[in-house]
Amino acid sequence: MLPDDPLRRVLYIDLTRRRSWVKERPDLFEAGLGGTGVGIRLLEEECPPGADPLGPENPIIFTVGPLVGLFPIASKTVAMFKSPHTGNLGESHAGGRSAVAIREAGYGALVIRGASAMPVYLVVDGDHVHFRDASALWGLRSSYTVGSVLRERESGSTPRGVRTILRIGRAGERQVTYASVIAETYRHFGRLGLGAVFGSKRLKALVIGGRRSLPVADRKAYRTVYDEIWKAETESPLMKKYHELGTAINVVPLNEIGALPTRNLQAGRFENAAAISGEHLAEAFLGRRVACAHCPVACVHLAALRTPYRSEPYFYKTNMLGYDHEPIYATGSMLGIGDVPGMLRLMDEMEVQGLDVMSAGVALAWATEALQTGLVTLKETDGLELAFGNAENYIAATQRIVSQPTDFYRAVARGVEHAASIYGGAEFALAFGGNEMPGYHTGPACHLGYLTGARHSHLDSAGYSLDQKAAAKGEALTPDGVADALLKEERWRQVLTSLVICLFARGVYTEDVVLKALAVAGFNWSADELTRLGTQTLRRKNDYKAREGFDLAQVRIPRRILETPSPLGTVDEAFMRQAMARFAETI
Amino acid sequence: MAKRLAVMDVERCVGCQACMFACARRLGEGGLAASCIGIHSAGGIRKGFVVVVCRACADPPCARVCPTDALRVREGGGVRLKPELCIGCHNCAEACPFQAVFWNVEEDKPQICVYCAYCAPYCPYDVIASEEIGEVAHVA
Repeated sequence: MLPDDPLRRVLYIDLTRRRSWVKERPDLFEAGLGGTGVGIRLLEEECPPGADPLGPENPIIFTVGPLVGLFPIASKTVAMFKSPHTGNLGESHAGGRSAVAIREAGYGALVIRGASAMPVYLVVDGDHVHFRDASALWGLRSSYTVGSVLRERESGSTPRGVRTILRIGRAGERQVTYASVIAETYRHFGRLGLGAVFGSKRLKALVIGGRRSLPVADRKAYRTVYDEIWKAETESPLMKKYHELGTAINVVPLNEIGALPTRNLQAGRFENAAAISGEHLAEAFLGRRVACAHCPVACVHLAALRTPYRSEPYFYKTNMLGYDHEPIYATGSMLGIGDVPGMLRLMDEMEVQGLDVMSAGVALAWATEALQTGLVTLKETDGLELAFGNAENYIAATQRIVSQPTDFYRAVARGVEHAASIYGGAEFALAFGGNEMPGYHTGPACHLGYLTGARHSHLDSAGYSLDQKAAAKGEALTPDGVADALLKEERWRQVLTSLVICLFARGVYTEDVVLKALAVAGFNWSADELTRLGTQTLRRKNDYKAREGFDLAQVRIPRRILETPSPLGTVDEAFMRQAMARFAETI
Repeated sequence: MAKRLAVMDVERCVGCQACMFACARRLGEGGLAASCIGIHSAGGIRKGFVVVVCRACADPPCARVCPTDALRVREGGGVRLKPELCIGCHNCAEACPFQAVFWNVEEDKPQICVYCAYCAPYCPYDVIASEEIGEVAHVA
C-alpha cells in the first residue's frame, strides 16, 4: 500500500455520542484490499454476537477499494451490517457516485455506530463530519424529495458531482426489514434491509463528498494499464449490450426458455413478456441513460412516464423512472402485470417508499396467493382484492406494507418467510435463507446459488449461468459439479467485490488485469494471494452467518420451485440437498 | 490557431465522468484534485447533466481580476496559469460565469484547463471534442 494512500483511513462515527474520529488501518486493507474483504473484517470487529439488527449495537459499515478513483468500472461501495431481514449477514452493494465520493473524501471505509435520539443526517465533507437535524425530513412521503432537499441544502458543503447522497424513505423509518438505502436516486443498497438499520438509528441520510488526488506507484504504468482496461471495456460486446438495452435485455430470452418467474412462479413464461421487455421499454419509454461514476457503460436506463391528470385536459406529469431486469420481473411478470405504465407506477411507488423492489414484489405475489387460497381474507388485506395483473391494488398494498394498518401487513413487512410462518403458504413463499427470490428460474443451479450464496442473491455465484450453459450444450448437471462450480465462482467474486469492481466488468478484470491494476495502486500481490483472499473472505462470511445461527442444512427449499418446470425440467429435491451438503462440506 | 474543448451535445452526456478522471490522469495522477472538468447533474440526475469546461474566452474575466498577473491571456483565447505568481485569492474562480475555474484544495490554487484535449477520446459518447477557436465559435 502506498504510504500516502488515504485508503487506509477509516472514519468512525458514533451516533449516540455525536462524535467522529479517524483511525489509520493499513492492516485491514493490506489483508483484505477493500470492499467485501475489509467489510467482513470490520463486521467481525464491530458486531457483537447475537446483536439485535435494529439495536444500536449493529454497525453500518461502508467500504471501497484501492482501484476506486483510479480505474474505470471499479466504483461500487460495499455495505456490511447484520441483516434485520435474515438475522445474519447483511451485505449489499451500490454504485452511483458513492464509492468515488467516499474515496475522494479521503476514506477507505466508514463505520457508523450507536443510534441517535432524534432524526439526523450526516454530512462528511472531507475531514469534517457534521451532524444535522433531520426531524423535518422524517416522515416525508417521498424518498425523491429527501434527495432534492439535501442536494440543495448541502450544495455548499460538498462538491457537486463528486458527492453521494444516501437516503432512506418511509419504509426505512418504519423499519420494514427489506427497506433500501437509495443512492443518487437510481442506484440502491437494495437488499437485506440496510434501510431499516438506518431507520433504527434515526439516520435519514448520509452526504459524502470531496475532491483529492490519489497516488499511484508508477505514473507511466498507470496510463498504460488504464488504456488497456478502457479499451477492453469500451470494445466489449457485453458492455454494448448493457448500454443499449440495459439488464432488461434478459426478459425476452428468459421468457423464451421458460425461466421468467410469472405469477409467483406458477409459471416460467409470461404471455405479456414482449410488453415488459427491454426492447419495448427502450423503444416506447426510454428517456435517458446514465452511468455510475467512472463507468463508460451507462447501463442505468430511465423510463420517461407521461401520466395525464384526470381533472384537467392537456395537463401531464412526466416522471423519470429507473428500470432493470430485477424490478421488471418483481413488479411485472411475478405479479402478472403486463401493462407497462401500471408496472412502472408500481415500481415508482416502491421507490417513493424506499423498499427493495425485489422483496416487495415477491411479498405481494405471496400475499396474492395467500388471499386466493383462503389463507387470509379481505379483512387481513384491509379490503384490497389483491389479484395478479391489478397494478392499482398493488400500489395501494405497497403503501400498506409501510403504513401497516393490519397485523397482516406488519407480517408482510418482514418478508415472506416470516409471513408464511404465521399465515401458512410456505410452499409458495419464494424466499431462500429468508431473502426473496431473484428473477431467474433456469434450473437447479440458480436456486442452489440463492440457497448457498452468502447473500442469498443471484449475484453471489450466478447459478443461472450454469443452468443456461448446460441447457445450451445439452449436458446434464450433477449435484457435486454444480456445488463446486458455484463455490469456485463465489470465491472469485469475493476478490472482485473486495476491489469493488462492478460484476458486469468481470470479463475485463481477469486475474492478470487485476494484478496489473493492483500493482499500479501499490499492492504487489500474487495470483495465490488473490485466491487465498477469495477463499478466506467467503469462509469468514459464512462463519459469521453460522455464528448468528445460520445452518445451510436447515434451509427451507420452497416447494414451488420443485413443481414449476424449469428449462432443465423439474428440479429434484434430492439433487438440491446433495449439492447443498457438498457445498457446506467443501467451503 | 488556438484550440479549446468544445461541448458538442450535452444531451448525450451520461454522467460517467470519465473525462474528469482523464483530465487528472494527463499528469499521471489518480483522483480528481487536478481535474479541470466538472460533470454534475442539472438539478438531479433525472434532468440530465451539465458539462463544465473552460470556454477559452477571447477576453477572459478570470485574467482581468487576477491581482498578481498569474493568469496570462493566451493568444487566440483562454489563459495560462503561472502558479508561482498565484496567491490563491479565488478572484478568478468567482469571476468565471461558467464556474470553469476549479480549485485544487491540496495546492490551494486554481486548476485551469490547458486545452490539451487529453480528455476528449475518453468520452464514450462524443460529448466533448477539441476544436480550433474561430470566428464562428466566438459567435456561438
